[in-house]
Amino acid sequence: MSLFSVLDLSRFQFAMTTIFHFFFVPLSIGTGLIVSIMETLYVVKKDEMYKKMARFWGKIFLLSFAVGVPTGIIQEFQFGMNWSDYSRFVGDIFGAPLAVEALVAFFAESTFIGLWMFTWDRFKPWVHALFIWVTTFASAISALWILGANSFMQNPVAFAIDGKMNRLKLVDFFQLITNPQLGFEFSHVLFGAFVTAAFVIVGMSAFRLLKSEKLGAELTLFYRKSLKIAAIVGLLGSLGSIASGDAQTQFLMKQQPMKFAAMEGVDNTLDSSKRDDKAEPWTVIGFWNAKTHKFVGKIEVPYALSILGNHSLTGGKTVGMNELNKQLQREYGNQSKDYYVPVNTVFYSFRVMAGGAGLVFLLAILALYFNRKDGKQLLKYRWFLWILGIATYLPFVINSAGWLITELGRYPWTVYGLFTTADSVSPNATVPGLLFTNGIFFLAFGLLGIAMIVYARRVLHAGPDDVEYETLAKDKKGEA
Amino acid sequence: MSELQLLWFVLIGVLFAGFFFLEGYDFGVGMQFITNAHTKEEREQLYSSIGPNWDANEVWLLTAGGAMFASFPFWYASLFSGFYIMLFIVLIALIFRAASFEFRDQVQKYVSQRAWERTIGISSFVAPFFLGMIFTAMVKGMPIDAHGDIYGGFFDYVNIYSLVGGVAVALMSYIHGLNFTKLKVEGRLYDVATKQLKFAYPLLIAGEALFAVLTFFMTDLFQNNPVWEFIICPVIVVTTLLSWFASAKGKEGFAFVTSGLILAELVAFLFAGLFPRVMVGNNPKFSILIENASSSTYTLQVMSIVVLIALPITLAYQIWSFVVFARRFKSSK
Repeated sequence: MSLFSVLDLSRFQFAMTTIFHFFFVPLSIGTGLIVSIMETLYVVKKDEMYKKMARFWGKIFLLSFAVGVPTGIIQEFQFGMNWSDYSRFVGDIFGAPLAVEALVAFFAESTFIGLWMFTWDRFKPWVHALFIWVTTFASAISALWILGANSFMQNPVAFAIDGKMNRLKLVDFFQLITNPQLGFEFSHVLFGAFVTAAFVIVGMSAFRLLKSEKLGAELTLFYRKSLKIAAIVGLLGSLGSIASGDAQTQFLMKQQPMKFAAMEGVDNTLDSSKRDDKAEPWTVIGFWNAKTHKFVGKIEVPYALSILGNHSLTGGKTVGMNELNKQLQREYGNQSKDYYVPVNTVFYSFRVMAGGAGLVFLLAILALYFNRKDGKQLLKYRWFLWILGIATYLPFVINSAGWLITELGRYPWTVYGLFTTADSVSPNATVPGLLFTNGIFFLAFGLLGIAMIVYARRVLHAGPDDVEYETLAKDKKGEA
Repeated sequence: MSELQLLWFVLIGVLFAGFFFLEGYDFGVGMQFITNAHTKEEREQLYSSIGPNWDANEVWLLTAGGAMFASFPFWYASLFSGFYIMLFIVLIALIFRAASFEFRDQVQKYVSQRAWERTIGISSFVAPFFLGMIFTAMVKGMPIDAHGDIYGGFFDYVNIYSLVGGVAVALMSYIHGLNFTKLKVEGRLYDVATKQLKFAYPLLIAGEALFAVLTFFMTDLFQNNPVWEFIICPVIVVTTLLSWFASAKGKEGFAFVTSGLILAELVAFLFAGLFPRVMVGNNPKFSILIENASSSTYTLQVMSIVVLIALPITLAYQIWSFVVFARRFKSSK
């Protein structure tokens, strides 16, 4: 039994269910936006091709929404199921955004997606386009409330400690939803969602364009235009996520310095005023030795951390993990406890995320460049279409890496500085129970993930002319 | 207990009642994928009847869960951790149900389409059955400790009372679904539903009588809140009779509304029996009370304002959506 602990299994399950859920969240928000844009183009330009586009990519939207909704119910239930002491401690604050999300956003999302799916021929085009805009908007609002809850865990605000009931109490709702962390987190997630959907549509279009000779002129144009719209969204999204990520990092340096130090692999404090070159170097790769508390095997780029962290060529001071650990030990009065986060995971996740963001930015520019005018270059450079095709999967890796930094970097806290993961877990959870649920979740997610990819491919191969749209039984038989 | 706490206890009940009223019928329609639909066209009819609305119906469960977390964190924590495996089964059923609705539409091959449709049928039974078990086991009483944690054994969860409760909720959902089908389709499915309802209603009445007797002997609900329990109990039976009568007379709309009300009244019955507790401990000393399970007054106030504004708007567009899709799907035969 000592092989697994209740805490480790609960953490693993939370990570698994949340990462799986978050494959579909950004995909739904992003495809929602792109489909909305396509349908609006149809309304404005009255070109049937855009309608076909909205319907075709709408299929991908519906697929991701279908898996996104019920995996979201897991998120809401598992706080009580696996983290009951956490729920008791923060429920007064944390529950409200979740309930508000369901009430103001999720209802709208699910009602209007139903209206959108089944009423293509029943409303005026602009009214129908409005349905998908409402759905998209509501899904973004939905993310806002959920991230509001997460922002509280990252940067607790608007609370008082209720010693009698051993919990936190909400003192100011307005302050809770204007948490500065929420601004950074929400914009970062939203832009990330645009990139995710953009690259799924760019990638899938690229796969089809590899067979452009078979497709014929009309379909080639269809996929080229889809790729163009998505790549523009992807370009803007990657710019936005880089900018918001930078702002988030600036905030993090002050608010969760241990996370930042781990992201940058700074073991002992870097103080540029004490250096000859007056600038901090940036560690590209290296390895954290948890026993010696040293970051070893470093390859460094001079000046780079000053530029990235301080936005200047000189100066800057980054407090290292070893000093921070001592600080935290003093602050929380526990000399025997270490406050190091899982350094290597955070460090490399950051490199995957940041590197990936640069890559998608570059790919979006190149895709738009090669696709200009008649797009001959794009069709000729088959290697580039292959890269775009494979890049379909890239944003999912980037998003997951981002969440690993955010969540693991908060270690050992669930609510930063106030409540630890070890205190959060359900006291009555058992190892056999958790092994069972972990196993079934794993199998279920595996099956759904594979089915999702298989059906997305099938939609793609059937093509926009062959898609049987969601229509009601009556309409299919052509009765008025 | 403050008025705000009482309001939120009632509101949680209303949200669960709303959930069972709405999702109850689409669970019932889902079960018919296995029991009643024989042809592809009939399955298409079934899907069309609930396609636009089942998703929003399910959000009622999410809202009820979220509202419970926000207003009664100690109830939420105790209930959800205590019924871990059963809630897990409900979650798995809901996941596969939702995915199957979408996937069945993507599949051309008959075999795999049937596989997804069978999944709809099974999960549409499993979800209400286990939810029924959870709610009845909850009111029956659980081994709760001073911290509010449940350390239950197998028979605390699975016993004659919770099994009858689970079957009752599944059967009520099935009847509710048959009534919905009769409103929405024509042809063979309509005839089969009519035939099945003739047997289902008397079965339900018998089940309700059994459930009432078991409640009287196995739980303290009647002793705990005699006035309300002795009122609601016959109301449930009368509603069932009304629904049966309406169904036999071909008043489909009335039959549908009343079969939904049965589910809502069952929630009322269980909640009234709980009051003023939220969790019943085998040792009454450790029962969790409305009074000390709730969020702070401030949080309840904020949430009340949000609900006051958002709920009417939500109801308005949800009802509008039902109006948009209020049509009968004709059979081609």
